[in-house]
Amino acid sequence: MDKTVPTLADAVADIDDGATVMIGGFGGSGAPIELIHALIDKKPTGLTVINNNAGNGHVGIAAMIENGLVAKMICSFPRSSNPVAFTEAYNAGKVALEVVPQGTLAERIRAAGAGIPAFYTATSYGTDLAEGKPVEEFDGKYYVRERWLKADFALIKGQQGDMFGNLTYRMAGRNFNPIMAMAATRTIAQVSEFVEPGAIDPEHVITPGIFVDAMIKVPNPAQEETLIRDGVVYP
Amino acid sequence: MSTIGTIKLSNARIAWRAAQDIEDGAYVNLGIGFPEMVAQYTVEGRTPVFHTENGVLGFGPAPAKGDEDWDLINAGKKAITLKPGAAFFHHADSFAMVRGGHLDVAILGAFQIAENGDLANWSVGKGAIPAVGGAMDLVQSAKRVAVVTDHVTKKGQPKLVQRCSMPLTGVACVTRIYTSLAVVDVEDGRFLLREKLPEISFDDLQALTGAELTTQGDVMDLVVPDLN
Repeated sequence: MDKTVPTLADAVADIDDGATVMIGGFGGSGAPIELIHALIDKKPTGLTVINNNAGNGHVGIAAMIENGLVAKMICSFPRSSNPVAFTEAYNAGKVALEVVPQGTLAERIRAAGAGIPAFYTATSYGTDLAEGKPVEEFDGKYYVRERWLKADFALIKGQQGDMFGNLTYRMAGRNFNPIMAMAATRTIAQVSEFVEPGAIDPEHVITPGIFVDAMIKVPNPAQEETLIRDGVVYP
Repeated sequence: MSTIGTIKLSNARIAWRAAQDIEDGAYVNLGIGFPEMVAQYTVEGRTPVFHTENGVLGFGPAPAKGDEDWDLINAGKKAITLKPGAAFFHHADSFAMVRGGHLDVAILGAFQIAENGDLANWSVGKGAIPAVGGAMDLVQSAKRVAVVTDHVTKKGQPKLVQRCSMPLTGVACVTRIYTSLAVVDVEDGRFLLREKLPEISFDDLQALTGAELTTQGDVMDLVVPDLN
């Protein structure tokens, strides 16, 4: 078994028009920027993108929006230090938005990965974001029913990875990456360090390889925050 | 009432007052912006553990300029440092900590707080692009939900009201409000005045509050050092 693919273009080759794509990261932390840019090079359209945010500056998800790939964003916080890409597309009616409370977004993704179609949470009870959703009382408190959130693809970023797809993450770059890896039909991981099987202590594996379908080695990945500060525009 | 501007507490001094109520060992989430200032005034000898939604417990202040590691940030996307004993975890675990009631205190900002504890702090309503982040999760599930805020809006309108007119973040969730003039608890569907600046009379404070301020025993003086 070897889940590595030779190029970034190969890694995203199956992502076609209309796909739903989860993208790991929280802001630039843990964002698989090279995979995102490879997807922009392929340029599928009509994508539904699931991420905590909706891009920053003119790289990553913001560049996906500016290059016309995105039809809908599902996120908790479509604001950033430079949200111009999303804001203009949203105001022009080019990109739809589903805002989800951050913990509900995480749990909907986790539930999908765990095969649980719905769950109840107190989050959003009594607010506009609970409109139209079933409410049930448990032990005297009210909870809102939320559905799982699946995707066709997940693009994620790991720190270390081996050919089985076992992954570690770097600091707060973990964020949504491990749960998105579980929730997509096909999970594609870029890893900064590719190592021999056994080099990651089994005690330290965060995402077991069963959740990963393809891996691409990206040593010395760009840091989205640095690209934004340098004013980079992709492509 | 034109003197309010001269006597009211600065955000730093409101944050200092809020910090006095954070116990040693408490697990605390501070909202982006103003609430983050509370960490700067941690009481000497106490070690609260700060939680950030994006998967860190036990973080410390910002690093020196040039020492930022952009994989190590807080929910406001600002660079942070780690304290000994820190931990990383993924987003579902991070919000299990929140939703599961494991956080002792969440401190947030507010547009409006109603006397039953309803909070509006995420959306100004029509026209704006909605962005909620983790606020709705935090307010429904932290053991204590505190607000730090000016007592009135920039236009002088009360922020403590009978019913919120702006979109709600959570219902009956706020337990304590630290304002620029007073400390007010929410108990049994009413505002209970605990402390006020000695420079303002009860009647003047009531006039700046959109719902009845009740009392129970003595109202203490709200005393905060200068912090200059």
